[in-house]
Parts: sequence; C-alpha cells; structure tokens
Amino acid sequence: MMSPQYLWLIPALPAAAAAIGAVAPRRGRALAAGSAIAALAAAFILSCAALRVALATPAEHLVHNFAWFDLGDGVVAVGWLLDPLAALMCVMVTAVGALIFIFSLGYMREDENFTRFFCFMSLFAAAMLGLLIANSLLLLFVCWELVGLASYLLIGFWFHRPEAAAAAKKAFITTRIGDLGLLLGMVWLYHAGGTLLFYDHGNGCLETAALARLAAPAAGGLAVSTAIGLLIFCGAIGKSGQFPLHVWLPDAMEGPSPVSALIHAATMVAAGVFLIARVYPLMSADQALAGVPLHALTVVAFIGAITALMGACIAVAQNDIKRVLAFSTVSQLGYMMLALGVGSWVAAIFHLLTHAFFKALLFLGAGSVIHAAHHEQDIRRLGGLAPRMRITFATFAVGMMALAGMPFLFSGFWSKEAILHAAGAWPVSLLPLGFGLAGVVLTAFYMTRLVAEVFFGPARSEPAGHARENSALMTAPLLMLAVGAVGLGFIGTPAWPWLQSKLTGEAIPARSLFEGGGLMALSIGLVFIGLGAGWAIYGRRARTEAAALDPLAARAPVIFNFLGARMKFDELYAGTVGRLARWAGTLAVGLDRWVWGGMVLLLAKFGELVGVADREADEAGLNAGFNAVSEKLRDAGRAYARAQTGRAHGYLRALAVAFVVLALLIIAEGGR
Amino acid sequence: MSPLQICLLLSSGLFCVGLAGALSRSNSILVLLGVELMLNAANLNFIAFWRFGPAPEAATGIVFVIFSIAVAAAEAAVGLALVIAIYRHQKNIRLQEATRLKG
Repeated sequence: MMSPQYLWLIPALPAAAAAIGAVAPRRGRALAAGSAIAALAAAFILSCAALRVALATPAEHLVHNFAWFDLGDGVVAVGWLLDPLAALMCVMVTAVGALIFIFSLGYMREDENFTRFFCFMSLFAAAMLGLLIANSLLLLFVCWELVGLASYLLIGFWFHRPEAAAAAKKAFITTRIGDLGLLLGMVWLYHAGGTLLFYDHGNGCLETAALARLAAPAAGGLAVSTAIGLLIFCGAIGKSGQFPLHVWLPDAMEGPSPVSALIHAATMVAAGVFLIARVYPLMSADQALAGVPLHALTVVAFIGAITALMGACIAVAQNDIKRVLAFSTVSQLGYMMLALGVGSWVAAIFHLLTHAFFKALLFLGAGSVIHAAHHEQDIRRLGGLAPRMRITFATFAVGMMALAGMPFLFSGFWSKEAILHAAGAWPVSLLPLGFGLAGVVLTAFYMTRLVAEVFFGPARSEPAGHARENSALMTAPLLMLAVGAVGLGFIGTPAWPWLQSKLTGEAIPARSLFEGGGLMALSIGLVFIGLGAGWAIYGRRARTEAAALDPLAARAPVIFNFLGARMKFDELYAGTVGRLARWAGTLAVGLDRWVWGGMVLLLAKFGELVGVADREADEAGLNAGFNAVSEKLRDAGRAYARAQTGRAHGYLRALAVAFVVLALLIIAEGGR
Repeated sequence: MSPLQICLLLSSGLFCVGLAGALSRSNSILVLLGVELMLNAANLNFIAFWRFGPAPEAATGIVFVIFSIAVAAAEAAVGLALVIAIYRHQKNIRLQEATRLKG
C-alpha cells in the first residue's frame, strides 16, 4: 500500500544512488551503474504502486503535509501530493529513465568518467521525481532548480570541449531568466494567498476558497491570478524551451545522447508543461471573469503556437541529427503549451507522455547511430545505415512515424489529434489551430528528410561506411521504447478515453473514433503531404556525396540559410541583450576608473599637497628633536612591516594562531 | 550530551576541517572552499543557539543565517574574481606563489 506519506521514497532512492555514485571510486563502475539502475527500477515499482492508489480515487488529491520551518507567525509547510497526474508522470519518468540508464551502459562504456555520469543522472532523476510529487510551489521550485543544476552538469559533462562548457553556461543562464519570473510569481502568490501548498483540505492555493480571492480584479483590470499565472509561466517558458527563451535547448545537445534523451527531450523540458498543468486551476481562475483585458491562458496558447511553428520551420534546415531532433522537441513542447492554453490540459499531458516515449526513442536511436558512426553527427556525412543497422533503423522509423503523426497505429497521432481538436474548439481565435496544422506538415517533412538522409542512399563518409549494429544493451531499450511509442496511444483515444477520465476524475463518455472527422481528415492529409514532399525531395534521389547542396538550399537559398542559422536568434540576442550588458560593463569600468578613481586620485593629490606644505614648514622650523623619535618609529614600522609578507598563507596562519589563543583565553576565563 | 552540545561539536568539527583545508591547501579555490566551510560552521552555531536557546519561536536564527549565506555568496563571487585575477597574473592559482599582494 502506497499512501502519500511514503511518497518521498520515490525520489529518495535515486538520491541515495547519486550519493553512492559520488563517493564511488572511478573504477567502481559496476557499483555506480548498478545502484543507479536498481534505485530507478525500485522507484518504478513504487510509482506503479502509487499509481494504483491514485487511480482508485482519481478525483481526489491525497496529500501529506508537514511544517518545514516557522517564520514569524507563519508556518512554511511543504508536502507530498498523490493524484493521477503526479503518479502517471512518476511512472513515465522512472520507466523511460530506467531504459535510458540501461542504454547508457553501452553508450558511455568507453568514457572514463562513467561513475560521475551515473551520479549526475541519478541526481537528476531524484530531483525530477521530487518535482513531480511536490505539494508546494516552494518544494517544486527547489526541485526545479535542482533539475536545472543537473542539466547544467550533464550538458557540460564533456567540459573539456569549449562548446559543451559554453552550452552548459548558456542553458543555465537562459533558464535562470525564466526562473526569476517563477520566483517572483511564487512570492506574490504567498503574499496574496498566504500559502504555497497546492492542496491542503480546502486551504491550499489551488482550492476554491483561495482561487476566489486570487481571481479578484486588481490594478489595470487584470486579475491578480492572471499576473501570478503569467509570472509562473515565465518559468515554464525558460525550462520548456518556449519562444523567446528556446535558444538554449538546441545547444544543450552538446551533452551525451542519453542526457539529451532523458533530460532535454523526455522529462526535464516537459517540467514546464507539468508545472502549468499542476497550477491549472490558478491559470484558469480568470476565465470566468468578464471584461478582463487578458487571460493568462491566452498568452500560453499563443506562445505555444508560435513555438510549435517556429521550431518546426527551423528543424527543416538543420544538418546535425541531434539538432533536428532538438528543434522538433521545441516544436512539440509548443504543441503541449498550445493545448494547455486552449483549455485542454489533459491533451497536453497525453502528448507529454507519448512524446516522452517516442522522442526518447528517437534520441536513443540517434545515439545508437552516433555511437556506431564514431561520433559523426552530420546527416550529410551519414547515409546508407538502414541495411547495416536494422534494429536501430526499424525502431527509429517507428519513432519517426509516431512523431510525424502517422494515422491510427502510432501514439503521436492520437495525442496530436487531441491537441488539434482542442485548438479547433477554442472560442478565442483559430490562429493557433492554423499554426498547429502548418506544423504538422513540416513535422512530417523534416522527419522524412532526417530518415532519408541518415538511413538511405550511399554511405557518404568513412565512419558511416563502417557502422554496424550496436550490442543488445543498446538495442533492447530501443525496442521497449518502440513498444511504448506505439501502444501508449491507445490509452487516450476518443473511443476509450481512459487517460482523460482518470486525469480529470470524471467519467468521460466514449465517442466514435472518427468524431470531428473533417479536422482529422485534414490533418491526415497534411501528414501525407509532408511525408510525400519529404520523400520526393530527399528520398527518391538520395544524396550521393556529403558536399552536395541541399535540394531546398538550391531552390530557396535565402530562406534555407536563414532557417539554418536558427532564424538568427542567437545573433539577435548577442546584438541586443549581449551588447547592452557589455555596454553597461564598459560604463561601470569607466565610472570606476575615471570618476571614482579620479576622485580618489584627487584626494590623494590633495593629501600630498598638504604633506609637502607640512614638510616645508617642518624642515624650516622645529625639526632636529623629532628626528630621533621618527627614526625609532621607522624602525618599529619596519619590524611590523616584516609581518606583512604578502603571502596569504602566512596571514591565514596568523589568524589561526590568534583564534587558538582567543579560544584558550575564553576557556581559561570559563575555568575560573 | 544535550542536542546543543552535539550541534556545537559538529560545528567545531566542521570549523576545524575548514581551517585545516584553508591552511594546508595551495590551490586558492580549495582555500576558498575551506573558508566557506568555516563560515558554515558559524552558521550552524547560529542555528543551534537559536533552536535550543531561550526563544526559538521568533525566527531570528534563520533570518540571520539567510543573511549570512547571502553575504557569503557575494563573498564567494569576489573570491572567485580574485582567483581569476591571480590566474591572469601568474598563470596558475597556487596561493604560495601569490607573493606580490602587498602594495
């Protein structure tokens, strides 16, 4: 029986494994990897038990709260929360995580920092699971920062490569901008609502009483909950790689492939979506208010729609296998935000779960390709891998079909349909639906391009020609994820809305599979247009040599190069924010050097002047008698000056001796 | 032994570890680490004396420690900037070679 007070065990197990990995010696590879995988497997079993408990009463939020510390009159409470959302996410994270850990055994085999890798991965798993079960925005925020730290450590895992170190820094700083918003929102929420607990038997900030207070109109006609919701959404923008803070996510691919699969595709980047789904009652509290100029969810929907289309556009023109997948992740996260914004958080979570499986599958497949081709990541220099890597090809193709939304059999189709139908029913605007449908064509197109370039045609470089299938340690997780990528779609189809009814806690009647058939037919048509165009351009006449120009680049070089340079976002930020920061720095240095420094110099000159005048007066008048005294003083000064050696260690030692003498004096004082 | 004494023993142990580290290391980053350890020993004392002291209701100890941690963060930033400055001058960060600190 898994009642909420034992929920802490789920993150505690990987945390313990991280501790073991941290102290394990470098050759203790079996110990570090074994404890990490065993801990995550155990956490998976516990999560399944928790899911069973949660599903028994899907409409209820089982909580276990306790006081963390007292602050003045208030008590800062934290706690664990068990509901179908948290439990499903825990099961997904532990299942995908365990498979990726097993894959890493093979992928990281030759790395000499094997134990460090598993230590960081376990740390990440612990923080992520903590984030999922948190029943307080404060605890969630703590874990949120911890996953950010783990992400930083793992992006920069190969820190001896300057690009990896820079990418880690970029990820950390960019997400920090969003986190500032989240922090402000949290403080405001505490100020306005008086508690940060989500559910607390009627007193939590997501329960009716608090929401009624928070939805009251404030300055400018905006509701307080709108402002708080938008600030919290800033955190989600940063973490989930939404426009305009998406720039860190593609660079994060400098980390090892399993890291990209676990953190930057399946779990951590989805934390923003999870956060918004978790605080959904707060985000939607202003919906009922009439005459409010702006609803928080409207912003969410438009940001998501823009991100979905923009990510898909840029992915078309990338040449690095992992960068294509990274921009595809940005785009898919946009779809999830879009679903949240148009009011269907259930569809967002459905897509989150299916996306976690098929995107982890695609990244591990890319890792398998990269491993076999001796770290060749440029799709122009790969090619012809289908006959040589049959399992990787087959599973990658399954992932690609799921991502492209191949009808009926693949999970991505059902979750994407759910999102598009929700967008179609949005009363505010149909623009997000249009963006979403355009993204569907592009998604099918760039995935076809990726598969055609990597797996078909002749091998276009030495390593690609020698590539052969990896060991079972790496292919077995691929096969299992492929099963998930196909099968997971069936828990949320319109004919059997199990997931929807469990997440909302209401019975949702089964509908015909083909309800809203017009939109479904349209999106199926768009998928096939994308697939067909991709195959016509890249598949039919496969690239024969690495240096050949991309067919699209030949036709529309300006657009292709603009997209290939990621719409110049990095240059834009370097030209605006970066230049502003450098300008401020120059200003500060100038102030320091010329204004303040000038004043100090002026003072010094004045002092010198006084001194000179003084000396003149002295030498002319009463001198001789003082000479002897000053000679003595100078000697004493010299003696003291010897103590000032300029060696920091000497000072420290003197401090230590003084400290001991002081301690002895105090002890002697006390003894009397 | 009362809990206060255990806390104080722990913090004095932490302090000694920090002091030993600061005195015996030549790498200036490790010296900084030692200094931070000593600082945290002091913070632990704040918490211990507050928690087991006469008025644990008011959150004075915690507030003091939060301030102290904030100051320590600023101090660490300054310290690391100094380390970088030293590195630029002598191309390493060995503290006993940084002998040109006096004016």
